Amino acid sequence: MTNPLPVLTANDFASDQDVRWCPGCGDYSILAQMKKMLPQLGLPRERIVFISGIGCSSRFPYYLNTYGMHSIHGRAPTIATGIKCVRPDLRVFVITGDGDALSIGGNHLIHAIRRNIDLNIVLFNNRIYGLTKGQYSPTSEVGKVTKSTPMGVIDSPMNPLSVAIGCEATFVARSIDVHIKHLGEVLRRAAEHRGTSFVEVYQNCNVFNEGAWNYASDRDTKIETTLELEHGKPLIFGKNRDKGIRLNGTEPEVVPLGNGVTEDDLLFHDEKSNEPTLAYLLSRMRYPEFPEPIGVLRDIQRPTYDSLLNDQIAQARTAKGDGDLEELFHSGDTWVVA
Amino acid sequence: MSAPTTESAPRTQKPVEIIESATVRLAGDSGDGMQLIGSQLTNTSALAGNDVATFPDYPAEIRAPRGTRAGVSGFQVQFASEEIFTPGDQLDALVVMNPAALITNIGDLKRGGVLVVNSDAFEEKDLRTADLKSNPLDDPTIVGQFRVVRVAMTELTRKSVEPTGISVKLADRCKNFFAMGLVFWLYGRELDSTVRFIRSKFGGKPEIAQANEMALRAGWNYGETTEAFISQFQVDSAKLIPGTYTTLMGNQALAWGLLAASRRSGKELFLGSYPITPASDILHELSRFKNFGVRTFQAEDEIAAIGSAIGAAFGGAMATTTSSGPGIALKGEAIGLAVMLELPLIVVNVQRGGPSTGLPTKTEQADLFQAVFGRNGECPMPVIACRSPADCFDAAVESWRIAAEFMTPVMLLSDGYVANGAEPWRIPKIDDLPQIPITHPTEPNEGDRFLPYLRDAKLARPWALPGTPGLQHRIGGLEKQDRTGAVSYDPENHQRMIEIRARKIANIANHIPLQEVQGPSKGPLLVLSWGGTYGACATAVARCRRAGRDVAHAHLRYLNPFPRNLEEILKAYDRILIPEINAGQLRFMIRGTYLVDAVGFSKMTGKPFTIGEVTDAIQGQLA
Repeated sequence: MTNPLPVLTANDFASDQDVRWCPGCGDYSILAQMKKMLPQLGLPRERIVFISGIGCSSRFPYYLNTYGMHSIHGRAPTIATGIKCVRPDLRVFVITGDGDALSIGGNHLIHAIRRNIDLNIVLFNNRIYGLTKGQYSPTSEVGKVTKSTPMGVIDSPMNPLSVAIGCEATFVARSIDVHIKHLGEVLRRAAEHRGTSFVEVYQNCNVFNEGAWNYASDRDTKIETTLELEHGKPLIFGKNRDKGIRLNGTEPEVVPLGNGVTEDDLLFHDEKSNEPTLAYLLSRMRYPEFPEPIGVLRDIQRPTYDSLLNDQIAQARTAKGDGDLEELFHSGDTWVVA
Repeated sequence: MSAPTTESAPRTQKPVEIIESATVRLAGDSGDGMQLIGSQLTNTSALAGNDVATFPDYPAEIRAPRGTRAGVSGFQVQFASEEIFTPGDQLDALVVMNPAALITNIGDLKRGGVLVVNSDAFEEKDLRTADLKSNPLDDPTIVGQFRVVRVAMTELTRKSVEPTGISVKLADRCKNFFAMGLVFWLYGRELDSTVRFIRSKFGGKPEIAQANEMALRAGWNYGETTEAFISQFQVDSAKLIPGTYTTLMGNQALAWGLLAASRRSGKELFLGSYPITPASDILHELSRFKNFGVRTFQAEDEIAAIGSAIGAAFGGAMATTTSSGPGIALKGEAIGLAVMLELPLIVVNVQRGGPSTGLPTKTEQADLFQAVFGRNGECPMPVIACRSPADCFDAAVESWRIAAEFMTPVMLLSDGYVANGAEPWRIPKIDDLPQIPITHPTEPNEGDRFLPYLRDAKLARPWALPGTPGLQHRIGGLEKQDRTGAVSYDPENHQRMIEIRARKIANIANHIPLQEVQGPSKGPLLVLSWGGTYGACATAVARCRRAGRDVAHAHLRYLNPFPRNLEEILKAYDRILIPEINAGQLRFMIRGTYLVDAVGFSKMTGKPFTIGEVTDAIQGQLA
């Protein structure tokens, strides 16, 4: 263990499998950023585990030279939970999509988050079912015409970040597949967080939902349609950094800076606030009424499930000594037959 | 054998009549504490050296309306000076705390049996709640053939606890201990262990402990003084195999077996579970063993429970999940994943009445098909069944041996009857427990590559753990390429992998004991049984043989694969009778596997077989 860790590069994390997403898929970019980020964790490859469910995004573990499991639809958080309970030494990632995490696996997602088990959940949100070829997903917008909704979607979409914050998530962030530097940084911070980190990545499905995030990813418009969060800084956006978010009563509003409106009138971002209200308010800001916040909405500390579980094991051993079968077997009333 | 007489173990002055066994049922309202006094009677009888077997029978509702028939809770125990395998058929004594308990249980009391009644609970309103138009105690067609002992238990209990000054409401809660004292007198039971139990259970409330103890003694004294009982019964010690014994319930034995297997394999135990009747007690029991390194995880649902277990298995723990039929249905897809991943895992199904929610608190063995076939695709897994409460221990150890040795999920079938029943368990020496060696690779297994699906002679793949340098690999639910484990859609590979997975499980037959037969090795009739019907079937066959009938018995532990000599056994008899608490599932499998024209005998009432029922079925085949 005294040997210094070899310095790893992105290539060290590539597996021998051919990547088989559709050409042009946003998943390529996320994979590339992940491979670049992983060496920064200073962990050997064998200490990293990727668990996924089912869907295009869930092929992710096959393409990384770490330990991994491509499991069943929606259940990746459960499998990751089991691993982390018995192997707290491992860094465990969950790779999931909007259908996998929010629809079939919704129950597991909310419980993993509320337990704050030390997992890094990355949700690739493309607002469509890709692998089953184009049905609407829990994040598809109302009215959207898909293969299964010829007259348009009639159910309201779910807001992944609001759900996570509602479950008392300790780390919540958002980034965009093509916003590569930003994405890499968000993934790194998520990976370094202790407890459940939840990252939503806007990911383009160029086959079944081309352009779903254009407003946020387009080079020309993103500066007006997104707001890059910085801890301790006022919420300012726009090409000329001339607009901000102000609180009016309990509602946020977009205000132009100047004409008596100064930075001090704006909301200041505080990702460390134990009170989740600000993070929740940010998660609710949707285009086109608002620029959509990207970056870290929330980053607080709370004991993790796996550490509490293993603390109980240690406490029990301290209090009672290591378990003894012989003693247990004789712990009830016994009698001897000669 | 039994503890020396102390002040708390008084002796009767009345004549003592020696009997070989007694079957007693205590029945009352579900709030009356019948289960509690039943388990005390069991422990005390076991401590006196009797063989014991119990059958708790309680409603699914925690508190059904008081005094109604739906709310009746019963606890049956048989204790004997000979070896017994069931809680008994007909009752020698029945204690009823109210009219509903009387009317729902009287049918099981032997002609001439003792009926002890709390006569204070037979007022007009009590009869109405039990849907009775008249008092059954006044009806000779109902109680005429029994020795009815009317005891004003409520009144007598109140008087007996008066010195403690507790309220009437609390005093009334002591009457189960009065009833127990009376039963203890009737069978010459010592009071020590129950007094110890009372003092420890109610230690925080000394006046309640004192009142319960007073009620217990008052019940005993009542038996001694009342003219209703002219003699006391005595059941001598049974001739059990020498050793130190304790009483275990099925779920407890199963939990202890899992724990022992974890110790004997050097693996820390992980249980992912979701509460469900009648399996929850395994979760409760294992959650106490944190100092053994046992991690229990109460998951958000059944799927998460098995998902977490699969994750724990991948991480290198001894992984288990426990449930009952409806929960197993939910786990089906994940069990298939475990089959594909070829990771060791124990899936426990404590079966209950089905389908759907069915009869949660009643027993059935109707999940055999589900265990053997209940997954999509060609998805074989070993299936093992427990035959009695204490046997759950050995079955659990064996399940882990097979799971670890063959890298496969194993289905362990128990049932509500086995899970909640209790019997004496001879405490094994730790060194006599099987050792379960497990190794994990640390080096590549083909040149400088690690192939996660390169198999050993038993077709088991290597269990390489995350954290091991150089052995990084990915597994998943998609079809695997032979040897490499990479995703493969190759048609020939798929067929080959299906065949390999099937062969791996089938080959387990070469690594389990041969099937044993009790009785002649050929002849007109073989009774073939499995799981929780062991006691009734073994006893019925033994009785028939004592009566000169030519019948043999084979009881299966291994349901998949079957023991390799089973076909030979089946073909040595003219007829095969398969009694089951289902509509004939083993029978279907036996016929399908061996082309044997087996005959079934089914019971699906939520209750176990009585010995008499199986005896009659055997006689019917030999007639």
